Amino acid sequence: MAMSKHTLSVLVENKPGVLARIAALFSRRGFNIDSLAVGPTEHPEISRMTVVVDVDALPLEQVTKQLNKLIEVLKVVELEPTASVQREILLVKVRTDIHSRSHVLETVQLFRAKVVDVASDTLTIEVTGNRDKLAAFLEVIEPFGVKELVQSGMVAIGRGTRSITDRAMRSA
Amino acid sequence: MSDLKPAPSPVGSPAPSPSRLAEQAKAKVPAVVTGAQSLVLSLEAMEVDTVFGIPGGAILPAYDPLLDSVKVRHILVRHEQGAGHAAEGYASATGKVGVCMATSGPGATNLVTAIADAYMDSVPIVAITGQVASAAIGTDAFQEADIRGITMPITKHNYLVTDASQIPRVIAEAFHIASTGRPGPVLVDISKDALQAKTTFSWPPKYDLPGYRPVARPHNKQIREAARLIAAAKRPVFYVGGGVVRGRASDALREFVELTQIPVVTTLMARGAVPDSHPLHLGMPGMHGSVAAVTALQKSDLLITLGARFDDRVTGQLSTFAPEAKVIHADIDPAEISKNRTADVPIVGDVLEVIGELVKAVSADHEAGTKGDYAAWRDQTAGWKATFPLGYTTPEGEENAVSPQQVIERIGAISGPESIYVAGVGQHQMWAAQFVQYERPNAWLNSGGLGTMGYAVPAAMGAKVAEPDRVVWAIDGDGCFQMTNQELATCVINNIPIKVAIINNSSLGMVRQWQSLFYDKRYSNTDLHTSVGNRIPDFVKLADAYGCVGLRCERPEDIDATIKKAMEINDVPVIVDFVVHRDAMVWPMVPAGVSNDAIQVAKDTAPQWDREEDEATEQPEDADKDGK
Repeated sequence: MAMSKHTLSVLVENKPGVLARIAALFSRRGFNIDSLAVGPTEHPEISRMTVVVDVDALPLEQVTKQLNKLIEVLKVVELEPTASVQREILLVKVRTDIHSRSHVLETVQLFRAKVVDVASDTLTIEVTGNRDKLAAFLEVIEPFGVKELVQSGMVAIGRGTRSITDRAMRSA
Repeated sequence: MSDLKPAPSPVGSPAPSPSRLAEQAKAKVPAVVTGAQSLVLSLEAMEVDTVFGIPGGAILPAYDPLLDSVKVRHILVRHEQGAGHAAEGYASATGKVGVCMATSGPGATNLVTAIADAYMDSVPIVAITGQVASAAIGTDAFQEADIRGITMPITKHNYLVTDASQIPRVIAEAFHIASTGRPGPVLVDISKDALQAKTTFSWPPKYDLPGYRPVARPHNKQIREAARLIAAAKRPVFYVGGGVVRGRASDALREFVELTQIPVVTTLMARGAVPDSHPLHLGMPGMHGSVAAVTALQKSDLLITLGARFDDRVTGQLSTFAPEAKVIHADIDPAEISKNRTADVPIVGDVLEVIGELVKAVSADHEAGTKGDYAAWRDQTAGWKATFPLGYTTPEGEENAVSPQQVIERIGAISGPESIYVAGVGQHQMWAAQFVQYERPNAWLNSGGLGTMGYAVPAAMGAKVAEPDRVVWAIDGDGCFQMTNQELATCVINNIPIKVAIINNSSLGMVRQWQSLFYDKRYSNTDLHTSVGNRIPDFVKLADAYGCVGLRCERPEDIDATIKKAMEINDVPVIVDFVVHRDAMVWPMVPAGVSNDAIQVAKDTAPQWDREEDEATEQPEDADKDGK
């Protein structure tokens, strides 16, 4: 069976050691983390992790159950790609010269990306989007010469008016 | 309001006694205390009566007020692993939370094995460790180890406390987490400066654990579905695990078994959950389970799983385990359900409540005239039990030697069901699970999940402290015993008269058994020289050196007299060196990684099913297959 990617939003108490606990849980239970992003939420005592895991449906159930067993985990929600907005950010330093610069800038415009730094022979570009968009952008930009690249973990939020933090706070 | 009248500072005047402070605390006067005093007061408030531990640099401040406590007895062990297993023994014998204490660094890391053991077997313990001063954390200070990081994967939860004011809250949370839901170990690491700092103490502390809400009440819909499957089944079996013992549900389970008249198997962790003498009890399933128990699961069409976790030692090759059975799986830990075997009816809840609800639902069905008919199946399982009882043979040429199984059987028979039996890990453990008759829960203590050699002596010590009026037998191996026997000193000095039966086959017996069966009798590093050829050490002399009574039994005709003599000595620990022949093997056995259908009752010997019975069991199997 082929593995498939799942996006989990994990609400945790904002306490020291929580990230280590969660990362260690994934490693010791043999679950692969594809991407992980952590940050604050609208409630100062709650942090939110977005974890992309590479598992089948059945182990995924184990992942969420094991996460829920951690005392500091408040809520685990799987976000379906169609029912959520998923974003990653990519910063890439592209080699440019007098000939290629306009081509690169054109690509930046096409992808609604942004130039965030300019040097004599490089442009640093910021692109935001879902994974497919970033991959497509990279494919186009790579022939110009990528000097350096950094990519964030994915963050995701459900579409519509409902908020998972509200619900977590109410049950808490 | 109340903080207008702080108690006088303890510094400069003699330290106030913890019990006096506790009274003050009850009167809602927040007393000014040190973090260490706050810790001891918190333990007193949690009604802790015993702590097993060893002091050292970082935990030293905590040991000062401990000296004044009249409520908490501290038992000084000889190795921190002993403190951990003693806390487990205390907890397993009573269901109360066991407590152990150690200093930072090596003190804490020595607890790790016992903590991992408690995690695997869901034993409620709280481990308290000292940590280097908070300013030194992360600097590789003397005796620094990141014990919170180290124990993250083997604790239910753990804490690092660097602020004295947090101590009461953390202790209260630790006991709550350890003892509720699926029980387990909780570690509280407290920095030395937090123990020394001044703070106020008031009880009870406020705490909130929004991410910890164990589900106790089972879902009604699942209960009804389970009752429906029970009524429809033809070959149901109760697959009972250690959760029933931890969940104090033995009496309720017995009522359920009698109501339904369904056969029962009890796993290694559940021995005693249903009395062995019960006619519907088929024995222990698994790698060394009885033929009746193993076969009943294999042929069953419905497993009613209560507080068990489909461990590999029970299921053998998972894909061929109980192939015909639907599964009702009740557990307080949702993560156990469908972890190894997919459940048809998952029930999350406290096992006592689950059984209570199931009894109601099944009784209602009975009243409505819906009642499962398992008579034929019951007869069949009873037939297996009668045809393939547990037994043992003495190898040729060893007729005058002592059989280990006989020793264990006689200890159980002479000491009786009210005693507590604690085993190490290996052949003697399996024989103790097979040949002692267990009639009540919490009478059988062993290291099931982790398989920790060295568990028996310290765990027996902890059990004896918790239950001083019961006879406590450690049934140990010559290998296991040598891993933790230093606690005999603790037992003698603290007047903890346990009894230790060393089943001495001069070998790491279980490993030797596998070498005999699967490694062409190449006995690589399993000869311990404890009786064959020489006696290193001489266990009788060792017992004597510790101030215990040492006995030795080398002839079958002396077994009973030796056990009776050991039973008569109740003022000091008794160590009995039962010198047994070394080629005894644990049977029945399912070799690792194969189907439980391949159970053998002796080397290369499968049970001989009679033809008629074979046909009787084959037929419905075929019918089911056609149905699919």
